[in-house]
Order: sequence, then structure tokens, then C-alpha cells
Amino acid sequence: MTETVLPTRAEKRKFAIDMRALSPFIALIVLIIAGALINPDFLTASNLLNVVTRSAFIAIIAVGATFVIAGGGLDLSVGSMAALIAGVMILTLNNLGGGDVGTLALGLLAAIALGAACGLANGLIVTFGRIEPFIVTLGTMGIFRSLVIWLAAGGTITMRNFELRELYRPVYFGSIFGIPYPIIAFLVVAAIGALILYRTSFGRHVVALGSNEDVARYSGVPIWRVRTLTYIIQGICVGIAVLVYVPRLGSATPTTGLLWELQAITAVVIGGTALKGGIGRVWGTVVGAVILELVANIMVLSNFVSEFLVGAVQGAIIIIAMLVQRSVHRGR
Amino acid sequence: MDSVLRAENISKSFGPIEVLSGISLDLRPGEVHAVIGENGAGKSTLMRILSGHLPPTKGSLHLNGQPITFSGPVDAEAHGIVLVHQEILLAPDLTVAQNLFLGREIKRFGFVDDKAMRDRTRAILRELGTNIDPDREVSRLSIADRQLVQIARALLVPHKVVAFDEPTAVLTPIEAESLFEIIRKLRAQGVAVLYISHRLNEVKAVADRVTVLRDGRHIATRDVEGLEPLEMARLMVGRDMSKLYPEKPQTASDQIVLTVRDMAVPGYVENASFTLRRGEILGFGGLIGAGRTELFEGIVGLRPGHGTVTLDDRNVQFRDAREAMAAGIVYLSEDRKGKGLLLQQNLRINLSLAALDKFSRGSFIDTGAEEKALDQAIKDFDIRTRSRDLLAGQLSGGNQQKLLLAKMMLLEPRIVIIDEPTRGVDIGTKEQIYRFIASLAAEGKAVVVISSEMQELIGLCHRVIVMRNGRVAGEVAQADLSEDAIVYLATGVHEERAAEIAAGHA
Repeated sequence: MTETVLPTRAEKRKFAIDMRALSPFIALIVLIIAGALINPDFLTASNLLNVVTRSAFIAIIAVGATFVIAGGGLDLSVGSMAALIAGVMILTLNNLGGGDVGTLALGLLAAIALGAACGLANGLIVTFGRIEPFIVTLGTMGIFRSLVIWLAAGGTITMRNFELRELYRPVYFGSIFGIPYPIIAFLVVAAIGALILYRTSFGRHVVALGSNEDVARYSGVPIWRVRTLTYIIQGICVGIAVLVYVPRLGSATPTTGLLWELQAITAVVIGGTALKGGIGRVWGTVVGAVILELVANIMVLSNFVSEFLVGAVQGAIIIIAMLVQRSVHRGR
Repeated sequence: MDSVLRAENISKSFGPIEVLSGISLDLRPGEVHAVIGENGAGKSTLMRILSGHLPPTKGSLHLNGQPITFSGPVDAEAHGIVLVHQEILLAPDLTVAQNLFLGREIKRFGFVDDKAMRDRTRAILRELGTNIDPDREVSRLSIADRQLVQIARALLVPHKVVAFDEPTAVLTPIEAESLFEIIRKLRAQGVAVLYISHRLNEVKAVADRVTVLRDGRHIATRDVEGLEPLEMARLMVGRDMSKLYPEKPQTASDQIVLTVRDMAVPGYVENASFTLRRGEILGFGGLIGAGRTELFEGIVGLRPGHGTVTLDDRNVQFRDAREAMAAGIVYLSEDRKGKGLLLQQNLRINLSLAALDKFSRGSFIDTGAEEKALDQAIKDFDIRTRSRDLLAGQLSGGNQQKLLLAKMMLLEPRIVIIDEPTRGVDIGTKEQIYRFIASLAAEGKAVVVISSEMQELIGLCHRVIVMRNGRVAGEVAQADLSEDAIVYLATGVHEERAAEIAAGHA
């Protein structure tokens, strides 16, 4: 009798939903306590600020991924896209040649525009080509990556203008009231993301699309437009992440952004967003990105596991997060 | 006579909700025992308990006089109790023979023995009175043939009790008659047949005894001999059936609001033409698969279709549901769970989804206005929910339909198309929905009701258009509305003739 209202199950479910929203925050607290016990240097302001700063690129990209995934899509191309945008941005700055603020602004705009364009391409191929997003973005992942290798001729693309580098440097290394700019950037992106996802019609449409595409279509939701927009948002987020990333090293290489898609998707899943769509948690995603970086930090500070295994641990985390989601879902 | 399977005082609860209470039933070898009841009366639950899919909360089952508990459907099958499911549960890309033996392949030296399976399949199907090719893929079979394959698959295991769950829902009268032949053959072999249906004429035709359930309770078990369908209906519903439908509002006008000419939906509908008038309730009847749903999905832009659609003297062509909604036409899908509501989201999100623009202040959604609208909808549509925070999927079928109605009415449409308005809805809610549909017409809206329940079309509509094989077969005016008239148009055959043809056919 599936059509009967079942109060006991409902109570369980309510509890489960709360668990889903709370679990990333609980995990964060547990990790912080663990870190503090393992190494007294862990709980210093400089270490924690450093960790959050390092998590900024993944967090910003993952906010975009929250939209794509909540809408029932997937974007595997974000790492390659980041490398391509970084490469193109540096080449643009080098070609413009100037060392003034105007030149820098032009380069930054070019980065955002390219991000939006890459997202648009992904979105249009997924919607109008009617191809699985997994396949589409697997394809564009290869295309973007190989384009940046081609642009760099297999080597490194470096910012040549010294003045420009000095001008741009504070975007990663600078701070205001002691808070590094990358952290501010990622909080602003997350706040805007949360506002769009939770408070606008578009955000509601994303969730509806991810819950059930047919229902969305029968309810008059412009599904093509909404889906394409989620990929464009993802592209813009990648562009913003690159803006923060480039001044860190001042160069782009064929390995820039390698496996960022894994980290971004992991952050989203840890954060409680449903991988099958329909539930999106922007703040959970942000916490997820911080958790990933905390784990790496704790591994470096402790002597239990080699820090070369960070990737393995992060890979394990996404599997564990999925298992947790599954058991929460089954508990319904 | 001794019973082969006996249920004693079976109760079943899901949480605190009791859906079956104290049901006793005995099945004798060589009888067809029908179980009838409205949607939600507990027929399916009872059958799932008898066939081992669900354990009873209270009560016991006895097989040949011995108490027994089934660990699951496989265990029940091993004891000779098989269930023919209502839905077609076959792998469409596999052949008939492969489907029949799926999971119990005949093997030879560790490899599947296709020839043996093919031969067995052919023999079994011939026994059922059909010569479906065992090598044909199931996706290329008609619905009726698929059902036969499903029956054949069920009968493959040695069986003492065979349960059919609403087997004729997708069959034409002729196909149904050949199914009854199969059932009679089973009875002659001494098998006990459990037959679940709410089609009373069928029950009268095929069953020996009938058990009536209502609201999870046992109402009566009678011999079919001497029990007329009307009396069965009274037992099922527990009151006079005639009060189910409201007075038809006298608002049907001559003012045409929608004209559809030569509408075609490739693969489903050809050459469909009709007009819809202000203030009327226009019924669309026909068999499942006749193209009614597809016709209207084509009109409102949910499927590719072409034809001339004229709305108030203006030709329109909708590319998606959004455009149709903007023009004042809403379509409520028959598939509430798959296309109507977001089952995993709460009531508020579902209610406002189609009319979200009305709840936007600037760029943002006004949640307060949404909450107010939900309060209003719960009151206006009598949506019974324990809590406002429930998910749509946790509502009963009737309340889901009310929520879907409320959702679409927020768009303030002029033309309302409702596909199977009372499928999966309990009787009390049915009455409310009928009254609501009548009030829509009374307000001057034009209403289209697509329904497979002929009584519903007759009780509710001013006119009924009947479709057959993707074409409009004809129209029945209010004065001529009768089941016979609709069946004739839907099948092209009078009911009595259908039986005769089937007799000659088999």
C-alpha cells in the first residue's frame, strides 16, 4: 500500500534529512578535534587560514558543480577547463603586454568569458545533443586538456611581465583584516550561489529538474535553458577559481587542475548534495571542500600515513560519502 | 471441498495504519475465486500476502490444511502459488523464450540450451491457445501477447494456485475473452484461480465465488450464481452508486473555445479533429493505447505533433507546456507520480512549481506567499496531510491528485485537460474530484476528461468522444451516453458480438 501515509517512516525520514544536512558539519568538527589531538600546531590561526585558503579553488568550482549535480547533470571537464582558462588568460596578459590595472582587468574578464563559453559548450551539447553529461564532459575534458598542452607546446605558460605579476600577486597572497582574499572570494561565491539556488525561480527550477525532468517539463519549466545555465554557472565558477589560482604560481602547465573534477565532485557529495540530483546544498559543498583540504593537512602534520597517499584518501572519502548517502536514503 | 490455500484472520499494518484487518479467505481446487473492491480496498495487499511478497502482521496461512509461512515469493512459488503481475515485467530486448526462462534457463553441459527452451516455449504457448513465435523480441509483441507471455512464464512452474491481478486492464474485450478461456482451462485442470478485478461484468462471466473487500475489511463472500453486478457494486461501495456523480452543470454553451483539426502525433494519432466549448465537460474514451493521452500531449506541446489548433479564432502552435500554460491551457498527466509531482519534494515546492512567476518578488521567491497559497490550497482542495512538511510522495493517491489540481489551478487556466482524474483514488476522494470538475465547468471553464472508466465518462461528461487506434472513432451525445455505445466505438464491436467472435476465435 504505497499510497498510504506512513507516519513512522515520515519521522525517520525527517531525521534522515537533518542528518544529511548536518553530517558534513559534524565531520568537520570531528576532523578539527582529531587534528588538534594529533599535532598542537594544527589549531593555530595561520595553519587553519592556510588550509581554508588552499581549499578556495576547489570550493569555488564545487559551488558551480552543486548547481550542475543538483540539476541532475555532471561535469567532469572542470579540471581541464581550469588549465585551459589559466593558459589562455596568461597568454592574453602576455600578449597585451601592459603592466597596468587595465590590462589585468582585461585578462580577468577574458578568463571569466572563456569559462562561461566552455560551460555553454558543455550545456548545449548535453541539451541539444541529448547525450549523457558523463560522456559529453569526458569528451570536453580531453579536448580542453589537450588544447592547453598544445598552447604550451608541452611546456609551461608563464606570466612574463614582472610588474603585472607583482600587481596580481596579492589576489592570492594578500589579505584584508587578516582574512586572505581567496577566502573572501570563496565566501562571496558561496553566498551568491546559495542565494541563487535557494531563493530564485531559477534555483527552484534546477532542483525540480534534478528531482524529475518529466515533472519539470510537464510543469512548464524551460528545462533546456535551465540545464544549459547550470553548466554556464559551472564555467563561470571555474573562471573565478582560476583568477584566484594563477597568482599563486604565475604559470599554467599541462598538469594544472589535474583531478580537480574528482575533488570538486567529492566536495559536493560530502556536502550532502544528491548525486542523482534534486537536492543541492551550497554550504555543505563549501564544508566538503574544506574537509578535503583538512584531511590533506592532517596527513602532512601527522606521521601515520605518507602524504603521497593524499589522493588515495580523498578517493576513499568520496566512496565513503556515497555509502553514507545510500544508508541515509535506505533509512527512509 | 477442502481448500488448497486458506487465509485465516489476516491483518496487515504499515506502521499504525491498518490496511487489512481480519480477512479470511479459502481457495478450493478447481474454482475461480474473484476478489473485488475499490482502489485502496486492500485487494493488492491481500494478494501480495497470499503470494509471499509481504508477510501478514497477524493471522495465518494454511496450505492443504497445514499452517505455513512463506519467506518470499520464490518460496511461495516453490509451494505452487504463482502470481501474474498487473504490470508487464518482461525484458523487452530479450526474446519470448529467453524471457520465459529468465533466471531458470535450461542448461546442457553448463551452457544454455536454446533449442530445448524454444521447444518448451512453443509447447506452452500452444497450450495457451496462441502461436507467438518464441524467437520474437518481446518489444515487438502487442500488449495482449506480452500478457500471454507473462502468464506462460508464471505457469512454467508447477502450480496449484494462480493469482491474476487485474489482468484485463490493458486488453480489448476479444483479448479478454481468450484470457477467460485460459482461466477456465486452468480451472478444469483443478487449479485454484484467484482473480482480482474491479470490473464486475468480467467477474460475473468468469468467477465461481466472489469475495468483496472494502476499506481493508471483509464484507462478504458469495457464490456468483445469482449475484448481479449491481449488487456487487453495492457491496463494494457500501452505498448507493448513483450519488457518486454531481449534477451536470447546465453551462455547456455553443461558444467554441478550442478547435483541433487534423491533429497528428507521429506513431500515435492520425487525423484527430474535435471542438471544445465553454462551460462543458468533454469526455475522451477508448481503450488504453488508443492515443488519447498522446493527442492532448501533442496539442499542448509536450510531444511533437502537427495539425491546426485554433484557440478563440486564433491559430496557435505550442512548442512546450509553458506556452500552452501562458495561453490558458493546462494538462494534468495521468502519470501523477512520474510526470505530475516531484515525489521527493515537499508540498510547497510542488504547489508553486508551475506558477512560480506569481510568487516572485523581483528576482527572488516570496516564500511567505508560497506558504499562504499552500494554506489556501489545503483548505480549498481538502488536502489531508498530517503535516505541512510531508513530501508529495507520502500523500495518498487521492491527496496527490488534489495537490496536482491545486498546482495547476494556480495558473488560472481557461481550459483544463485532466487525464485519468481518479486513477488510484479512493471512493470518497473520487466524489470530491467529480464535484470539483463540475464546478470548473460551472465557472465557465472548458474541461476535457480523459478516462478509461466508462461509468466516469457517463456520469460526468456532457459529450464523449471515443478514440480507437489513434483515430477519433465517433462522438456520443449526452442523451445517448451508455456503456454499450462507448464500447462499440472503442472496439468497433458490440459487447455480445465480441463474445461470439472470441468463441469462434478460440
